[in-house]
Amino acid sequence: MQLRLTDTSLRDGSHHKRHQFTVEDVRSIVAALDGAGVPVIEVTHGDGLGGSSFNYGFSHTPEQELIKVAVETAQQAKIAVLMLPGVGVKDDILVSQDNGASIVRIATHCTEADVSVQHFALARERGLETVGFLMMAHSQPPEALAKQARIMADAGCQCVYVVDSAGALVLEQVSDRVEALVAELGEDAQVGFHGHENLGLSVANSVAAARAGAKQIDGSVRGFGAGAGNTPLEAFVGVCDKLGFETGVDFFKIVDAAEDVVRPVMPEECLLDRMALMMGYAGVYSSFLKHAYTQANRYGVSGAQILVRAGERKLVGGQEDQLIDIALELSRENVR
Amino acid sequence: MKAAIVGSGNIGTDLLYKLLRSPALEPRWMVGIDPASEGLKRAASLGLEVSVDGAEWLLRQDELPDIVFEATSAAVHRANAPRYAEAGIRAIDLTPAAVGPYVVPPVNLGAHQDAPNINLITCGGQATIPMVHSVSRVVPVSYAEIVASVASVSAGPGTRANIDEFTRTTSRGIEEIGGAERGKAIIVLNPADPPMIMRDTIFCAIPEDADPDLITDSIARMETAIRSYVPGFRLLREPQFDAGRVAIFVEIEGAGDFLPTYAGNLDIMTAAATKVGEEIANAAAADRHVTA
Repeated sequence: MQLRLTDTSLRDGSHHKRHQFTVEDVRSIVAALDGAGVPVIEVTHGDGLGGSSFNYGFSHTPEQELIKVAVETAQQAKIAVLMLPGVGVKDDILVSQDNGASIVRIATHCTEADVSVQHFALARERGLETVGFLMMAHSQPPEALAKQARIMADAGCQCVYVVDSAGALVLEQVSDRVEALVAELGEDAQVGFHGHENLGLSVANSVAAARAGAKQIDGSVRGFGAGAGNTPLEAFVGVCDKLGFETGVDFFKIVDAAEDVVRPVMPEECLLDRMALMMGYAGVYSSFLKHAYTQANRYGVSGAQILVRAGERKLVGGQEDQLIDIALELSRENVR
Repeated sequence: MKAAIVGSGNIGTDLLYKLLRSPALEPRWMVGIDPASEGLKRAASLGLEVSVDGAEWLLRQDELPDIVFEATSAAVHRANAPRYAEAGIRAIDLTPAAVGPYVVPPVNLGAHQDAPNINLITCGGQATIPMVHSVSRVVPVSYAEIVASVASVSAGPGTRANIDEFTRTTSRGIEEIGGAERGKAIIVLNPADPPMIMRDTIFCAIPEDADPDLITDSIARMETAIRSYVPGFRLLREPQFDAGRVAIFVEIEGAGDFLPTYAGNLDIMTAAATKVGEEIANAAAADRHVTA
């Protein structure tokens, strides 16, 4: 079995780094991953193109500069960018392509695929490779997810991902969803899986996805990502070696990259701690983690309670502003 | 004033009910292109003349409207606008076509009351631009950003196919009408069931030494002005001040005219259109009075 891996430490890791990546960070990480044979490296603000904002956090260095540096540095790896319709716009995709990105990954909440149609059309017209992200995939049953995947594929998406944004899916729940997408899409598009570590299952879930027919798998070296982190790519590469799945990535080189190059860029390790577990358990968008900490400190309320309430309110990716409202609500309740 | 609604989708149908309640406006025609349209059926049963042949049909009638409300798409309005103008019909445009000047009633309606074509930006713009303006009229705002969260079921196919138009048009409105040097708009669709009521958050970058009381007072006055024509509009929380930033949280509960009350995004748009139509009608009535 052949899998194509995408490292997203320079995109999903942007959340953990509070969007403070520098040109040097990107140069060193891209060089190390590229040298280890990682075929695709994603570089963008954590919330996608145009994500630099009050709501999500301002970028230290404009993302387009980081994309340029990544493209200059990579010898063999393709550089991908993420885009969320409603946050970024088509022009952002065109600028990324001018800067050398060759894959655009368009992400919607997993019931809202039709907002991506115009972006897939543009990307294909411009000769970009396309990937679609159905985020918060735990919140919909396999059949519903497959219908949304069909909308993306018909719009020009070449690989639709089951995206476990909350790290809430458990084994069979991953394979059921991947199988449903594979059955729906057939030869029209590939299927991918993007995991998070919030219930400690990201590597196992990725194996389940691959066995169910996923051809593309995301991870982040050292787990460098939102929530408890993404699927640790070096661990997944090792597991693939054991299982005889071909990834084209050198296990020893990527382990060295994780330890010697990526870890020093991380502000701290991504941990499976109380807050991260709440996200996996309550089904909360992983990027809410740092924002929940910020509002918990600002208003003197429990970060874990903020996350649980975000789950109760069924917030979706992008609604970070509502965490302030929840913190205010909690602080008012505490006064009573 | 005799009014016509062009477009029989969610917005056009919601608008129908508001116009029927207006003392200044008399909705006489509603046209669409979909024979199965629920909106046209309702309009016919409420006594309007209806047609599935769109603006073509409307402009062929012996009697023409004084004012037309366009609730189609930007492309359709761009095509229709010159023909309305030629026929001397005032146009209130609820699409993002932006043929005429942007108007947010409590901010700049007075300046454009005589314009032959008025554009209402976007639902998110109607809800947030007055708030940006309420801050920028008391302190300089170097950057403003809005996050609009709307229930998935209230975002129709037009909005979905053209989500970039929403962000771009709203951003421009934040700058031109809101008075921020730079504007950014974000829209999030939430499929929660029961559907969430429309919410918007408005962030404004303000000087570090800005007076919070002055800003809070200005925001409250603007809330009152908006509530005069959108009763379901309200501040959710006290404005929140952090280093160089004020955050404003609002919710818009719809009047429940066509879609249920969660669809505040439709409501604020159709309420703004009705308000603009009424002001135009009142101004015309005053003119007639003076000439007589």
